[in-house]
Amino acid sequence: MYSVAQLVEYTSSLFQQGFLDDQFNQLQLLQDESNPNFVVEVVTLFFEDAEKLLNQLEKEIGQENNIDFKRVDALVHQLKGSSSSIGAQRVQRVCIAFKNYCEEKNVEGCFKSLQDIKQEYTLVKTKFETLFKMEQQIFAAGGSAPR
Amino acid sequence: MDTMEQNPVHEDDYVPDELEPSPIHEEYAPVIFAQDTISHVISIDVLSGKEDRENVLRARESGKGVLTAPFRLLKTNRLGVILTFAVYKRDLPSNATPNERIQATDGYLGGVFEIESLVEKLLQQLASKQTVLVNVYDTTNQTHSIPMYGSDVSGDEFYHVSFLNFGDPFRKHEMHCRFKQKPPFPRLATGTSIGILVIALLVGHIFHATVSRIAKVEDDYQEMMVLKKRAEAADVAKSQFLATVSHEIRTPMNGVLGMMNMLMDTDLDVTQQEYVRTAQGSGKALVSIINEVLDQAKIESGKIELEAVLFDIRSIMDDVLSLFSEKSQGKGVELAVYVSDQVPQQLIGDPGRFRQIITNLMGNSIKFTDKGHIFVTIHLVEEVFHSIEVERESTSKDAEHTLSGFPVADGRRSWEGFRAFSHEGPLGSFSSTSSNDLISLIVSVEDTGDGIPLESQPMIFTPFMQVGPSISRKHGGTGIGLSISKCLVGLMNGEIGFVSEPKIGSTFTFTAVFTNACPNSNELKTQQINNQPHPATSEFNGMAALVIDPRPVRAEVSRYHIQRLGVRVEIVSDLKQGLSTVTDGDASVNMILIEQEVWDRDSSISSHFVNNIRKVVEIDKGKGIPPKLFILVNSSSSFRAGSTASCLHNPTVVTKPLRASMLAASLQRAMGVGNKGNPRNGEHQGLSLKHLLSGRKILIVDDNSVNRTVAAGALKKYGAGVVCVSSGIEAITMLRPPHQFDACFMDIQMPEMDGFEATRRIREIENSVKDRELFVHLPILAMTADVMQATHQECSKCGMDGYVSKPFEAEQLYREVSKFFQSS
Repeated sequence: MYSVAQLVEYTSSLFQQGFLDDQFNQLQLLQDESNPNFVVEVVTLFFEDAEKLLNQLEKEIGQENNIDFKRVDALVHQLKGSSSSIGAQRVQRVCIAFKNYCEEKNVEGCFKSLQDIKQEYTLVKTKFETLFKMEQQIFAAGGSAPR
Repeated sequence: MDTMEQNPVHEDDYVPDELEPSPIHEEYAPVIFAQDTISHVISIDVLSGKEDRENVLRARESGKGVLTAPFRLLKTNRLGVILTFAVYKRDLPSNATPNERIQATDGYLGGVFEIESLVEKLLQQLASKQTVLVNVYDTTNQTHSIPMYGSDVSGDEFYHVSFLNFGDPFRKHEMHCRFKQKPPFPRLATGTSIGILVIALLVGHIFHATVSRIAKVEDDYQEMMVLKKRAEAADVAKSQFLATVSHEIRTPMNGVLGMMNMLMDTDLDVTQQEYVRTAQGSGKALVSIINEVLDQAKIESGKIELEAVLFDIRSIMDDVLSLFSEKSQGKGVELAVYVSDQVPQQLIGDPGRFRQIITNLMGNSIKFTDKGHIFVTIHLVEEVFHSIEVERESTSKDAEHTLSGFPVADGRRSWEGFRAFSHEGPLGSFSSTSSNDLISLIVSVEDTGDGIPLESQPMIFTPFMQVGPSISRKHGGTGIGLSISKCLVGLMNGEIGFVSEPKIGSTFTFTAVFTNACPNSNELKTQQINNQPHPATSEFNGMAALVIDPRPVRAEVSRYHIQRLGVRVEIVSDLKQGLSTVTDGDASVNMILIEQEVWDRDSSISSHFVNNIRKVVEIDKGKGIPPKLFILVNSSSSFRAGSTASCLHNPTVVTKPLRASMLAASLQRAMGVGNKGNPRNGEHQGLSLKHLLSGRKILIVDDNSVNRTVAAGALKKYGAGVVCVSSGIEAITMLRPPHQFDACFMDIQMPEMDGFEATRRIREIENSVKDRELFVHLPILAMTADVMQATHQECSKCGMDGYVSKPFEAEQLYREVSKFFQSS
């Protein structure tokens, strides 16, 4: 059973470690009685979006010698946009680096960046899932998560 | 022969004068032959005397020599004895009966012995050193011993008894010997004995004393061990107690602070906010005190360990700056940080502890400084070492050349004594940096405060020592900070030192050793920045700035911070030079940063400057956007903007201390490029946005579902009605007049048709409306995450009305939207 204090602590730790930035705060502010599950919905959308993009990126990068940098750049741009919309700071940062490598047409760099993105995405997904589970439990127990 | 009864004759009775012819007896024993000496006994009947008679008779019976009792001899009247032997006619067997012996007797042989001369002659032969007195007694009759020789003797002296055997079994003789003189008092013996005794006693006493002392010392030792153990246990207990209690206090304290943070986020009026802020301040102070005490306990038990993580020293300094910027602004003290270019971007070490040291030093400086400046510099030790004479001479000695113009204590003296700098130290025989993975930094905190009184200076690193009781009352604090800092510096293999002149200021300097995280990036800053993207840097890369500041040190600090954003910086020292640089230079200057004191110096020159800048832009259209003006001030309250009120381009005020992120935010805001700014004013903006947007119908165009949802959510919050589409083509369809939309937010980068193209088409459709009355110009705003892409030109070319960043930032959104919406 999670307590509100634990939730607060967990959330602050996510901020401290750079997983989330201020934009996530803004997201939370957008949630209210008329829109009670806003954050969860948006984040779920992000997951779907990101997974699709990552798959496509895998395919493109997998071609190794024939990488279509423009296409990769466009995909990464999408991911960058959506991650910055929900405040997934670390994912966004890796996207920026990825885009640089695309501009330079740096194959090595692209490989590495893809790995980084996948890693960061997995990390942040786990964090979000934990966060939502905690919120759900608290809510079910009759408390309310602080905003 | 027959024995006859004879009357006892007393020896004294044998008087020679009364000798008469012997009466008729049965037997006679006359002396027939005698020695000449005793010739007077011839013809005396030996049997006449009692004694003699007995003697003779016994002799003839026993066949042995017989002694008389001592008696006075006839002539001489001296004591003597007579030894009588019987002569027999024939040899007798030894077992012959007395009768046979009597029968066989032929005659007698007698010897007269004078005892005195006998004894004396004997004694002479045996003369010894001591004079010995001899008494001889005839002790045949036990009770009555007859003295034979020797003078009278006193009975209780010590004498030796010897038995004499003259051969006559019937008689017993004794000899008593004694010393004539009493033995002398044995002085030597006694003395020696007493001496030895005394010595023995003394020695015994010494032994005893030694042993008892040893025993006592051992007991004391045991006691001490016990006490020591107790003291150690007490110390450990104290540390544990401190740690436990502090931890216990920390947990609820954090709870309190956390709740207050959450309270801050709720709706509060100004007074309530003030209260909460005060409570927060107290709470934070309490937490920091607890942490200090905990650290002290940890240090004492040797439990502090340093981490080894990657960190960026410049961003740590930014954080520390932001901690202190409010306080320094409030006091009117100029706060500045400068990190040398040669310090690598990333280091491996313990950032938290490093930050702790810096915070402690800066906190002390802030406490005690009311004017002038606090200047923190970070260099590589090698830089300082090699440029000892050259730089410092020109800068620190001269009061003019300090950061704020106030004189400072000579910083060099604070680190001159460091071991690292002596010839034996690791730098004495120094080779190039690149061979070494270790980086030694030297950090200086220089202030123009009250200084430390000379008498307190030696004790400054001692825990719990504060300069005076009044200080602790005035400034608070526990006095542990510097000792903890010293310990931490030691753990980082560094040294800490200071120089302080009362009333002028203090400079604290310390060195620390870290590991280089990017060993090959000592070169261009820009390369580093690209590898580690500061979110704002990519936006400003390639821009040029002009800094107008007469103080070289301060200008350098400004340059350092601006360069971190990727902007090239040029420094001039007054407005005239600045103007000529802008007009004459080839490259266009995007921003001009002017130090407050330059601006305030002469308002007419300032306005002249501003006007000329605008003219320059107007004349030479190639320059494009006029450079944005910024005024660098110490504290916002002191700035008077009145003089420039008439200008259209109000310069933006940037409050120092400069920090990369804050600077970037200000620049972005001023340059119209929005990003995640400071939401502190969000409340204000939020309300106004509500007024602007509520009831409006807005179209959102974005191919990314996440972005769509977020943007929609944000706008809905402000009360707008939102419709989302996911492509440019759909947007065109939705916006075919007539439509009900009040505004459109268009993403730029979309597949198939990008935002620019879509907007162009929409404008074409709008313009193609025949009826001028029905003409509607829909405000279309670009949404973009990438500033460079959407320049003002590009947007205006295709007919857009402005741009906002993705995700939305309240201030920027408000600004853009207010251009075409009025408050409803």
